[in-house]
Amino acid sequence: MIEHIELFFKSIFIDNMVFAVFLGMCSYLAVSKKVSTAVGLGAAVIFVLAITVPLNWLLDQYLLQPGALSWLGEEFADYDLGFLSFIMFIATIATMVQLVEIIVEKFSPSLYNSLGIFLPLIAVNCAILGGSLFMQSREIETFGLAVNYGISSGIGWFLAILAIASIREKIRYSNVPGPLRGLGITFIVTGLMGIGFLSFGGMLTGEDEAPEEASQVNETVKIENLEPVIEEEKEIVTITKSEN
Amino acid sequence: MGLLSKKDAKLITDPLADNNPITIQVLGICSALAITAELKASLVMGIAVLFVLGIGNVVISLIRNIIPSKIRIIVQLIVVASLVIIVDQVLKAFAYELSKTLSVFVGLIITNCIIMGRFEAFALGNGTWRAFLDGVGNALGYAVILLVVGFFRELLGSGTLFGIPVLGDPIEKTGLYSIGYENNGFMLMPPMALIIVGLIIWVQRSRNKALIED
Repeated sequence: MIEHIELFFKSIFIDNMVFAVFLGMCSYLAVSKKVSTAVGLGAAVIFVLAITVPLNWLLDQYLLQPGALSWLGEEFADYDLGFLSFIMFIATIATMVQLVEIIVEKFSPSLYNSLGIFLPLIAVNCAILGGSLFMQSREIETFGLAVNYGISSGIGWFLAILAIASIREKIRYSNVPGPLRGLGITFIVTGLMGIGFLSFGGMLTGEDEAPEEASQVNETVKIENLEPVIEEEKEIVTITKSEN
Repeated sequence: MGLLSKKDAKLITDPLADNNPITIQVLGICSALAITAELKASLVMGIAVLFVLGIGNVVISLIRNIIPSKIRIIVQLIVVASLVIIVDQVLKAFAYELSKTLSVFVGLIITNCIIMGRFEAFALGNGTWRAFLDGVGNALGYAVILLVVGFFRELLGSGTLFGIPVLGDPIEKTGLYSIGYENNGFMLMPPMALIIVGLIIWVQRSRNKALIED
């Protein structure tokens, strides 16, 4: 249970799709002019991530990982189809988006009217493919955690686009220098929000160390699970930092 | 430029400045900013996109008349994904460390909006040679911005360029460090990439007033 809660908050705040890894920036910048459309797109992203991440988790576990094919028989045990993961993931995403579009249109026309126009946009949204690729590279362990990861990183993206859309609605009344108007100021505001979100960074790592001394058996297991994830996430940032 | 007519040359030079994919068309920011903390990674990313976009544009332009328009997005995704797999495998074979640094961002070239954007806007409606030039031009425009951002982030953040120290040694206090200069570790944080791109947009639009939005 505790790792579910941990993953939930981590994906929303610390590894926020937009502020920590810049995923889905194109639609984030293009569709954030009005709060109402931003909410529509955000909801669609949560929805699609919640479906595609667990689906790609199953694909990864039972088809793509080294040794994943062993359920077929002994002779398949050392097959590694990892190089196919890009094409498999993107194919799943494109088909799922199409399917979701058809199903929603059939069963809930009102939802279709509000989500519909965003669904084609979503097939090529980096946040969706990024969700699946991060799920793979961070080695999420169980199906439940994969569902959790999909939903919570979707919520993180939703929060980000909601925040920037509200700011942009207000900023229209401010006197921004001409050349910065529109795109320029949006970039800078996003950067500042990102700096704000950096402060969540210490949240989990700080708490992990204290209970480690108190209760040892449970905690050491948890920390073993957690540590590669944290390393992975900071790799991009710290790789040059370590040279200092 | 004897090889290129004036119109064709414009396809290459336009995206470098006044129609830049990142600062004007707002495409392809997704996978671009997270990897610009080092110049080397930016360069490799630029080359990878150049390869994928150049060849992808040619392929799409060749088959543009036989793609049914309803499933064109999936066809485009398959073409890009195959090219990106080639890039990824080559990187893993010849530059393993670098492919670790780029991590999932190589895969994210697939959903890089520049690529789908150029396929949709140009390759589907133009001949092969022009599509190739357009692909190369846009990829170069993308690479230029990556390199500028990477240059400032690496120089100010770790005092190196391509991993070579250019400002002296921060530990032994030589060069600039001897007069009290410090590296700004903040430049290595992801949000600074956004702010630098914002500043580039500012500079570019102050020089060319026609680009200002209202």
